Amino acid sequence: MTSHMVALWLASAVVAGTPLIYAAVGEIVAERSGVFNLGVEGMMLVGAVSGFIAAVRSGDLALAVVVAAAAAATVSFLLAVLTVTFGTDQAVTGLTLTLFGAGLSSFLGKAYIGVPSPVTFRPLALPGLAEVPLLGTILFRQNLLVYASYLVVPLAWIVLSRTRPGLTLRAAGEDAATADALGLNVAVIRYVGVLIGGALAGVAGAYLSLAYTPAWTDNMTGGQGWIAIALVIFATWNPLRAAAGAYLFGGVEALGFRLQALGGTAPSYFLRMLPFVFTLAVLLLVTARARRPGMPGNLGRPYFREERYG
Amino acid sequence: MIRIERRAPLAPGTAGAVRLLGVLAAFLLGAAFLSLTGHNALSAYADLLRGAAGSSYAIQQTIIKAVPLALTSLGVALAFHAGLWNIGAEGQLVMGAFLASWAALTLRWPAVALLPFMALLGLAGGGLWALLPAIPRALFGTNEIITTLLLNYIALLWVDYLVFGPWADPSAFSFPYSRAFPNAARLPLLPGSQIQAGVLFVPLVAAALALALRHTTWGYEIRVIGHSPRTAVYAGMPVPMQILIVLGLSGAVAGLAGMGEVSGVIGRIQQGISPGYGYSAIIIAWLARLNPWGTIAVALGFAALINGGFALQTGGVPSAIASMLQALVLFSVLVGDFFVTHRLVAPRARAAAMAAHEAHAKP
Repeated sequence: MTSHMVALWLASAVVAGTPLIYAAVGEIVAERSGVFNLGVEGMMLVGAVSGFIAAVRSGDLALAVVVAAAAAATVSFLLAVLTVTFGTDQAVTGLTLTLFGAGLSSFLGKAYIGVPSPVTFRPLALPGLAEVPLLGTILFRQNLLVYASYLVVPLAWIVLSRTRPGLTLRAAGEDAATADALGLNVAVIRYVGVLIGGALAGVAGAYLSLAYTPAWTDNMTGGQGWIAIALVIFATWNPLRAAAGAYLFGGVEALGFRLQALGGTAPSYFLRMLPFVFTLAVLLLVTARARRPGMPGNLGRPYFREERYG
Repeated sequence: MIRIERRAPLAPGTAGAVRLLGVLAAFLLGAAFLSLTGHNALSAYADLLRGAAGSSYAIQQTIIKAVPLALTSLGVALAFHAGLWNIGAEGQLVMGAFLASWAALTLRWPAVALLPFMALLGLAGGGLWALLPAIPRALFGTNEIITTLLLNYIALLWVDYLVFGPWADPSAFSFPYSRAFPNAARLPLLPGSQIQAGVLFVPLVAAALALALRHTTWGYEIRVIGHSPRTAVYAGMPVPMQILIVLGLSGAVAGLAGMGEVSGVIGRIQQGISPGYGYSAIIIAWLARLNPWGTIAVALGFAALINGGFALQTGGVPSAIASMLQALVLFSVLVGDFFVTHRLVAPRARAAAMAAHEAHAKP
């Protein structure tokens, strides 16, 4: 392979990794606040369909992304009410949210199957930067949602690890009782964490239906939400590592497409298995070394202040 | 602000009524959603009911769909008893169907030998597929929720490869299914019905599960592991071994469901043999509180919902409403369960109750 082909492959790794970045960073925010949201796949589907419908109806991409984020956040609000206020089991609630999101998106998208969107996100070379050898091809001939992800990742990292709101969020996820004793409102913090996670999953979905494979098809996420959840463990709940991991996973996915394009003989079904096999292998490696390193201390545990009366 | 407080749990009868109210609430929410999206909720529910139980044909179709739902749910429930999450029933069903189909398509045996062997292969296919995530779970504690789930995608792609590639029916140009099974590989129908004999697996598995969990040391150990893995370790129970056995059996039951589908219902292996039975199974097992007989009852209800969902399609309502209703039922019942042990208290009532309590405390 020539260096140009390698650069093209890495560029498609960025293209394929970007939805994973949005979804994984969102899940990191939710999990850092103490809520394990297994509904990523469902929220992405809701984001994908509502963003697509908004784009078809309005022809406005910015509005479409906002609608996608809002719709997915609304669905995630359901999970927040159930798990935070009513203390329901987070795993079963999240899994069911995925089923709900899949059903809702399929219901809403029925009339939009096969409909083209008048507007889609297209690559937009950044003047100057796009001419940088190698890096220009890989990073700076992408669409606007990719460029936005370059900002979201460091922003999430700085907010989580270097600011007061980030510390507050982590306190609720690390040790809810202590956070409560310090006067923090654990329930409100967790609602915020889940909603941010939902909104970002919605953007990930809009990326799929408006940039990656512009169209709406049932279950178009095809398991990417689950890969994003696995990525969070691999990234030890750190947005920067999540981005690196997302490009790695994106690279594996893109490798499949590249091999097919080069006329490889492996049937496409095996190439499409690659991301799942790779995710499993990475999960095994990470967990065989140490048990869930970096996991927030109170992840998955509902918090209720001890009742003194009643 | 309205506050939430713990309360003395409601009596079991009242708690049951609260759960029924939860189911009712789910259908009301569904009706609200249908109305909001411009559909006639009443006629949609009427279609749903007709499609699920409006004729002898509809009832039989519901029972046919309840079989894989009940089997996968029983498997999922067994794993839950040990505190394990088997989200991979979908893939295990498919891998059971795959191995059973291999026998159906290659062996020229008489039915008496072939059918039991196919059932065995179905159990093996699902069981081995579940062992893949069970081993790292037992050895390193690798979260089985994600590993069992990821394996579903691999299993589905594997069967896609087979039915589009080496097993594709040469006479059905590019349709994603295999040749039809020979008659010897088809489970018979119950006399005078459309229902395949695989339905008999359901009470057998449920009875075995109920007996094993309540009346054997093995079942006792599983329940201890489910309640407190640490206690189980201190008591010297072979926890890693039990994880392998439980997840393996859980997958085997799902694999048997897959054998029943290809041999009893479809008569060949094809793309999409399960419309998500393995995912519904998690909700069913949870709603039935892991009780084997309760699981069968809930599975019947969900089968009616799924089957009725197809009938809605003709009335212009997307059948996806069935998935949404399944989810809404679980959500509403979870909230209902919360109110069995909690109540909402308005601040004034709370102050009054406090005063009454204090007056009572110092007579």
